[in-house]
Amino acid sequence: MPPKQTRRQSISVGRGTKKREEDSGTEVGEGTEDWIQSKAAVRPPDQLELTDAELKEEFTRILTANNPHAPQNIVRYSFKEGTYKPIGFVDQLAVHFTQVGNLIPKDSDEGRRQHYREELTAGSQDSAKVVISETENLEEDEEPKELEAEAGSQVDETAAGIPEKVTEESVETMQPKERKLTNKFNFSERASQTLNNRLRDRECQMEPPPRTNFSATANQWEIYDAYVEELEKQEKTKEKEKAKMPVAKKTGKMAMRKLTSMESQSDDITKVSQAAKIVERMVNQNTYDDIAQDFKYYEDAADEYRDQEGTLLPLWKFQNDKAKRLAVTALCWNPKYRDLFAVGHGSYDFMKQSRGMLLLYSMKNPSFPEYIFSSDSGIMCLDIHVDHPYLVVVGHYDGNVAIYNLKKPQSQPSFRSTAKSGKHTDPVWQVKWQKDDMDQNLNFFSVSSDGRIVSWTLVKSELVHTDVIKLKVEGSTTEVSEGLQLYTVGCGTAFDFHKEIDYLFLVGTEEGKIYKCSKSYSSQFLDTYDAHNMAVDAVSWNPYHTKVFMSCSSDWTVKIWDHTIKTPMFIYDLNSAVGDVAWAPYSSTVFAAVTTDGKAHVFDLAVNKYEAICNQPVVARKKNKITHVQFNPIHPIIIVGDDRGHVTCLKLSPNLRKMPKEKKGQEVQKGPAVEIAKLDKLLNLVREVKTKT
Amino acid sequence: TEVEETLKRIQSHKGVIGTMVVNAEGIPIRTTLDNSTTVQYAGLLHQLTMKARSTVRDIDPQNDLTFLRIRSKKHEIMVAPDKEYLLIVIQNPCE
Repeated sequence: MPPKQTRRQSISVGRGTKKREEDSGTEVGEGTEDWIQSKAAVRPPDQLELTDAELKEEFTRILTANNPHAPQNIVRYSFKEGTYKPIGFVDQLAVHFTQVGNLIPKDSDEGRRQHYREELTAGSQDSAKVVISETENLEEDEEPKELEAEAGSQVDETAAGIPEKVTEESVETMQPKERKLTNKFNFSERASQTLNNRLRDRECQMEPPPRTNFSATANQWEIYDAYVEELEKQEKTKEKEKAKMPVAKKTGKMAMRKLTSMESQSDDITKVSQAAKIVERMVNQNTYDDIAQDFKYYEDAADEYRDQEGTLLPLWKFQNDKAKRLAVTALCWNPKYRDLFAVGHGSYDFMKQSRGMLLLYSMKNPSFPEYIFSSDSGIMCLDIHVDHPYLVVVGHYDGNVAIYNLKKPQSQPSFRSTAKSGKHTDPVWQVKWQKDDMDQNLNFFSVSSDGRIVSWTLVKSELVHTDVIKLKVEGSTTEVSEGLQLYTVGCGTAFDFHKEIDYLFLVGTEEGKIYKCSKSYSSQFLDTYDAHNMAVDAVSWNPYHTKVFMSCSSDWTVKIWDHTIKTPMFIYDLNSAVGDVAWAPYSSTVFAAVTTDGKAHVFDLAVNKYEAICNQPVVARKKNKITHVQFNPIHPIIIVGDDRGHVTCLKLSPNLRKMPKEKKGQEVQKGPAVEIAKLDKLLNLVREVKTKT
Repeated sequence: TEVEETLKRIQSHKGVIGTMVVNAEGIPIRTTLDNSTTVQYAGLLHQLTMKARSTVRDIDPQNDLTFLRIRSKKHEIMVAPDKEYLLIVIQNPCE
């Protein structure tokens, strides 16, 4: 019970003490006795229990001016010495209360300004107050602005007692007026604002003009192209002006439309044809790179050591699957494009006659021919026109002749002879273009086993034939009754036209005779040579010397003639049937002959009159017969065709191409005159021998 | 067609790795190689060909580029530009 009581007492008294402490704030003097008494009486329960001795202990307290909150040792980092250094004096000032005042000294700028302002306002107030009796309302409006509602408040508050106020105020204005201070408590300001009109935006935008981005480069060649285009357009318009036919124009337009639509429909790939051709050649050039290099640059160094002998370096080999089983029956270099040559395929075998092919190869692409034409009958001979290198005339085994136009990619010949138009009845063995006749018509000759030499003229896209000569075998005319003269017809197998004397030509026959004929005499020969024992395979005039020609035959011989002399100048026996013989274009004394045993023989009469300076097997297998040979007009190569359908290209080594040596002090003379002289010298030697014997 | 045959022949030629036809914008139209390689070749060679052609024609506007060959250690790239197309052949010449 007593502890409870004490607790209650303590609690209540605790509250009481608190109250009294509060009260003591207000009643300082009176509550001290109670406070002391209460202190003596009450002991808080958590007060320390101390002994009397301890209670009496004196504690000294010292008042210092030090700030107890200030730190006693402040250390600052000194960058100069790089260490922390204690600061000696620590600030002991403790600020308890700060307030920013708004008193301005009178003499300062701001003070003077304010004073000036007050004077101004006081002055204006004076003038305003004088008029106040008459214009109350005006003042109400004006004064609040000027006096910042001082007068306004005055007016508001003292609206009733205006006249009295006025007098009071007027009295007051005599004295320097003091501005009334506005206070926060009963000062009010009134303001009003007029209604602001709502703002409206009105915009109008037009559609932007259509734009496209354009970019281009301006190079020299672009400018050039543009000019060229412009020029072409001008030319076209000129042409259109010339041809003023409205109907024609319409049809032209229709055709144009058709063309354009066709072009868009056609396969895009076809436009790459030109590029494809170039690439194919490039690829081939890579593959056959070494051959191409040899062709251009290789000169057999061994020729220096080989006295007078030469070699043939095999270069490319041309073959086509389609012509595999057909023999090469004709070879011809293109007179304009010196890398292009034509190969005619057919068959020499009487029993096995099949189709024929005409292929044109370029040396730049050994793997595939540039042009392919096929025909029903084997091709036996061909010739390319000198002035029109796209016209190829071809003679067939069935006696037909045909003209192919390379410009047109048809597989059929442009013109063909028929039985009606006078085709031969036997295989055509040789064809040759002639100069255009007087009407500018194309003209060529053909010789055949049926004994006719026919001149064909292309008149208005038709072949018209004219029999030039019928080869009669001399001495075979027999008189039969009724005055008919029967004669056996010789079979022509080869002919060649003289380079300069236009009407003069030679015909070789199957009987082994060579006839010298003229175009103008149709029944008689100018001369006859008993050339060979077997059929004459080829005759050829010397390209330089006008009198000399050469013939070869299956009787293994090659003979060189002077057409004024009945007997041959030189005879060469080659141990095998000679298929073809050809003069070299660069020298009057060099010629090549090919035999059926696969060998090629090259002769140079200036070097060795009796033997070949080159005697080389050219074709791989021995059973392969070589059928034709041709020299390239400018490059030192020959092409050789065999009866398997392969054409091999060979390079002549330097020894085979010997030019006359320089004599001391004399310049090397080049040209046909020299060649002629060279051959003449040789012939004279032979003639001398002959005359002697 | 004839062109198809020519392209076939080129492709079957000795040492040819691939052929492709690219149009004027550098987009391959026909190819014998895989897609990614083709696209790469087409883009790069197209730019190079344009540059080469520009060079040739800048020197003489009447001249024009016939073909472009790039021989590297491993193979040779041959480009034949046409009016609208580009024909690219990659060949290994030595094998």
